[in-house]
Amino acid sequence: MDIIKKYPKVFQWLFLLAVFFALCFAIDVPETYKFIRGQAEFVKDPNQSTFVFLGKEVRYYAFDVFWRLPPLLGWLPIWINDSLFFLMNEWMPMEFWNEDTQEFKTRPLLLQISRNLTAFMTFLIELIREILLGGLETIVAFTSWDFIDAYPWAELPGLPWTIVAAGFAILSYKLSGKGLAIFAGLTMVYISIFGQWKPSMQTLSFILVAAPLSFAFGLGLGIAAFKSKRVEKALYPILLVMQTMPQYAVLVPALVLFGVGDHAAVIITMVVAVPPMILLTLLGLRAIPPEVIEAGRMSGCTNWQLMFKVLIPTARRDILIGVNQVIMVCFSMAVISAFIGAKGLGFNLLLALNQLNIGLALEAGLCISLIAILLDKMSLAWANKQIDYFGNLTFYQRNKNLIFFGGAFIIGILLAYAGSFYFKEGFNYLFEVPHNKGISTADFWNKGVDWIFETFFVYIKAFNTWLIQDVLQPMRALYLRMPAVATLVLVVGAGYLIGGIRSALVVCALTLFIALSPWWDRALVTTYMATFGVIISCIIGFTVGTLCFQNKNSAKFMLGVCDIFQTFPSFVYLIPVMMLFGITDTSVLIAVIVYATIPATRYTIEGLRSVPAGLHDAATMSGVNKFQRLTKIEFPLAFPHMMLGLNQTIVFALFMVIIGAFIGTEDLGQYILKALSDKNGAGIGLTLGICVAFIGLIFDNLIRTYVGKRKKHLGID
Amino acid sequence: MSEAVIKCENVYKIFGTNAQKMLQEANGNVDAKTFQENGCIVGVNDASFEVSKGEMLVVMGLSGSGKSTLLRCISRLTDATGGKIFIEGQDLLKLNNKELINLRRNKMGMVFQSFALLPHKTVVENIAFPLQIKGIKTEDSISKAMDMVKLVGLDGRENYFPRELSGGQQQRVGIARSLAVEPDIWFLDEPFSALDPLIRKEMQDEFLRLQEKLQKTIMFITHDFDEALKLADRIAIMKDGIIEQLDTPANIVLNPATEYVKKFTEEVPREKVLTIEDVMDKTNSESSDLKVLKDEIIENVAEKILTQEKSVSVIDQDNKIVGSINPSKIIQTVFGGRKSNS
Repeated sequence: MDIIKKYPKVFQWLFLLAVFFALCFAIDVPETYKFIRGQAEFVKDPNQSTFVFLGKEVRYYAFDVFWRLPPLLGWLPIWINDSLFFLMNEWMPMEFWNEDTQEFKTRPLLLQISRNLTAFMTFLIELIREILLGGLETIVAFTSWDFIDAYPWAELPGLPWTIVAAGFAILSYKLSGKGLAIFAGLTMVYISIFGQWKPSMQTLSFILVAAPLSFAFGLGLGIAAFKSKRVEKALYPILLVMQTMPQYAVLVPALVLFGVGDHAAVIITMVVAVPPMILLTLLGLRAIPPEVIEAGRMSGCTNWQLMFKVLIPTARRDILIGVNQVIMVCFSMAVISAFIGAKGLGFNLLLALNQLNIGLALEAGLCISLIAILLDKMSLAWANKQIDYFGNLTFYQRNKNLIFFGGAFIIGILLAYAGSFYFKEGFNYLFEVPHNKGISTADFWNKGVDWIFETFFVYIKAFNTWLIQDVLQPMRALYLRMPAVATLVLVVGAGYLIGGIRSALVVCALTLFIALSPWWDRALVTTYMATFGVIISCIIGFTVGTLCFQNKNSAKFMLGVCDIFQTFPSFVYLIPVMMLFGITDTSVLIAVIVYATIPATRYTIEGLRSVPAGLHDAATMSGVNKFQRLTKIEFPLAFPHMMLGLNQTIVFALFMVIIGAFIGTEDLGQYILKALSDKNGAGIGLTLGICVAFIGLIFDNLIRTYVGKRKKHLGID
Repeated sequence: MSEAVIKCENVYKIFGTNAQKMLQEANGNVDAKTFQENGCIVGVNDASFEVSKGEMLVVMGLSGSGKSTLLRCISRLTDATGGKIFIEGQDLLKLNNKELINLRRNKMGMVFQSFALLPHKTVVENIAFPLQIKGIKTEDSISKAMDMVKLVGLDGRENYFPRELSGGQQQRVGIARSLAVEPDIWFLDEPFSALDPLIRKEMQDEFLRLQEKLQKTIMFITHDFDEALKLADRIAIMKDGIIEQLDTPANIVLNPATEYVKKFTEEVPREKVLTIEDVMDKTNSESSDLKVLKDEIIENVAEKILTQEKSVSVIDQDNKIVGSINPSKIIQTVFGGRKSNS
């Protein structure tokens, strides 16, 4: 009895586990149970049960409720779908003036709004795209096709790539200095001579539209949330879900609402990119010392002046970090949006992967990675740049960069002009290197991949078989063997033990949503893949992080590496694993592990670093050796932060598992991919996305509650 | 006494959701404990006082005593829960937003403990900020701000950013900014608390020099009793939201009203605070040739007086004898005063 009193928590946990396993063994697998009940809503089968809710018929295979809960929420995707359809095609028909046919036409309101929005976005994207690449859509939008026929010179010529490259270099120089300028220049030259110019500029124009719009909305909503508690409370759940929602899943509803193409992608990108901007705006505004606000008030600021002359400039850094986030999210969305037909690098990558042309995919992937690093470094440099005083500089000093750019502009045009004489036949390489007409290393890489495959095929195959047969299959079977009731008991019990009744209720609600949706089995598979990835990632991440922490330079180096890897859009990670392991679950899991190891490593190092120097010295003076210091001082104190790392690791792993569906897995992601090509997919896609987000949120809630308590206990913040 | 610039009548500030209702029910009898049990925290409890033109009132109290809250009520950075506040006869709590902004733009200046400078503006831009907010043309506001830069002795640093200045220099900018609109009323919220002792002393002297020149009506908040004694015309000592005593420095040292106030006064070197007038006999006994001015601080003349055997005459500005002081009284004040007075 004394032992129980001494470690009450341990016994509570043991009791919970005992109940869980008892339930697992007590509830038998029903004989009719096969893994994954198929898409019950599409198949008609006499064994199915049905129920009708809100006029929607839901079909499903019934089991003992202890084994699997009936999909009582099965009507939700159908209902969402039908509502969307109704809203888009039947709700509020109105008369609208049609420019082309010069007459009024009846159209549902929402459809008209969506079409107008779409047209506006398309116009913006085309405008920027044509400034960079040339074209005539924009001119036509203002005039007519006849006008272009009559005046062919009016077509926008596009900027020679030399000018854009120079522009990037000069901007980088202004923001950061020589180093970044050289990197920017080289990146641009690389993109150009490897023939990726056009898709890169398409991607760039996408970002140039999506990022500023997301920034404006995010800033506005952030300010609104800062000013009004009510707005903040309304936004909070959305922000929370969007943080753990895989970007992939939001593509599906976008497809229904706005159709296929760049415009739909831009709109949906905003939905994804606005939440981090809101969060960082709020964070920045909250961090302003109250005295600065009071100083503004005492200077007699009106509310407007206070916001724009005091608060926002003071929160400048956090807001610009938000801009950095927005740009990176936009970029990664620009790549993933290829699935709904956005042009650019992502599209090329998707095409190459579909054709299994690893060489081409690598080239596109490299371009994507380089641009990602460049954009990240540039926007971070902007955030960290301190304002300089230039009242006493001469005109030349003040406008030096502009003058240089002007010079580069003229030289670029002259070069392109000269080029048009030199490259009389074929392409003017000084103007634009056409796609796939540059140097290509694809063959080299493809041969390399073939070589790897031929040489190591036996080993890779053996490893693959071993992993799948001896590790993954049993693990998957174990997950699927869990009766729904047992899982619920385990999760809710954990919630109660960690965070009390409140946490238990939240977690219970989230789990029930998934359990009552038609995709519980798939969710279990998703969780199993994520769990496997997370465990390996954590082992690697914590070990590498701890080892690197022993030396200042290696820690710094590792954080830098993490920074760089984190900027890559998740999609890029699929290239090398497909190259090595082909199309199997192993590939996905390895991509998951690589991707999820980044936060695990980073948070380990950061956590260990955050241990106060004073404690360090105190421990050293008490005569601990290095190992004792690590285990007795640093780990316990860094543990809460490392747990936050675990949280991130889980989110990263889930994202990657879902994207891995592209390679072919049997989890929720695969259904999302299916939904993308289904005209009735919107409801399914959205519900699936929410399911994935909820899996993330369950862990998020448990871990955050635990960390909060632990930090309070340790007295660190 | 000339007319009151700031006048507070039974000001209460109570934090909490139903503070207003509880205050009404309490009927002017606010007990911090019962309020706390009901989830309300009493910040300022029944504060009534006046500050007249050109006077410096120092509000002194330890952290959590409600001194900063009181100041924020008077500058209406927070709204008082109950009571009345008059600024030059205007009822502050009745002003609408526009009138309040107008008042702040023209009549009030405030200095903050953490300086509260705008990090993205240079020294001169920070100082010109209240002027530009008012809508004054850029050149005019900059030239006015430059005057202020000179006034606080920062010339040559006007184009620095706050991050490039030391704490003392930053607070000089804060002071200059608060003075830029030439306010009549000057609020200072622990302006020197974040500074090193040496810099603090330098800034206090500088502050006294400025006040001599400008003659503003001042409310000065501090937690440092010595600072209060050095600067104040009158001192208000606060504890738990209540003003324990409000009086001149000399009276507070000589006659502390409560046990709490006495704790502060015990350690104070009297000879540095009291003037001859405070300790002299009003009667005119036989005296030596030496004469001392009644406004002299004891410390400055103690040595002279102690060389005398008989009492010394005390005179006022017009050279009229108003009393006398015996050397033994000086000794008593400096060495034995603490016990004999307590």
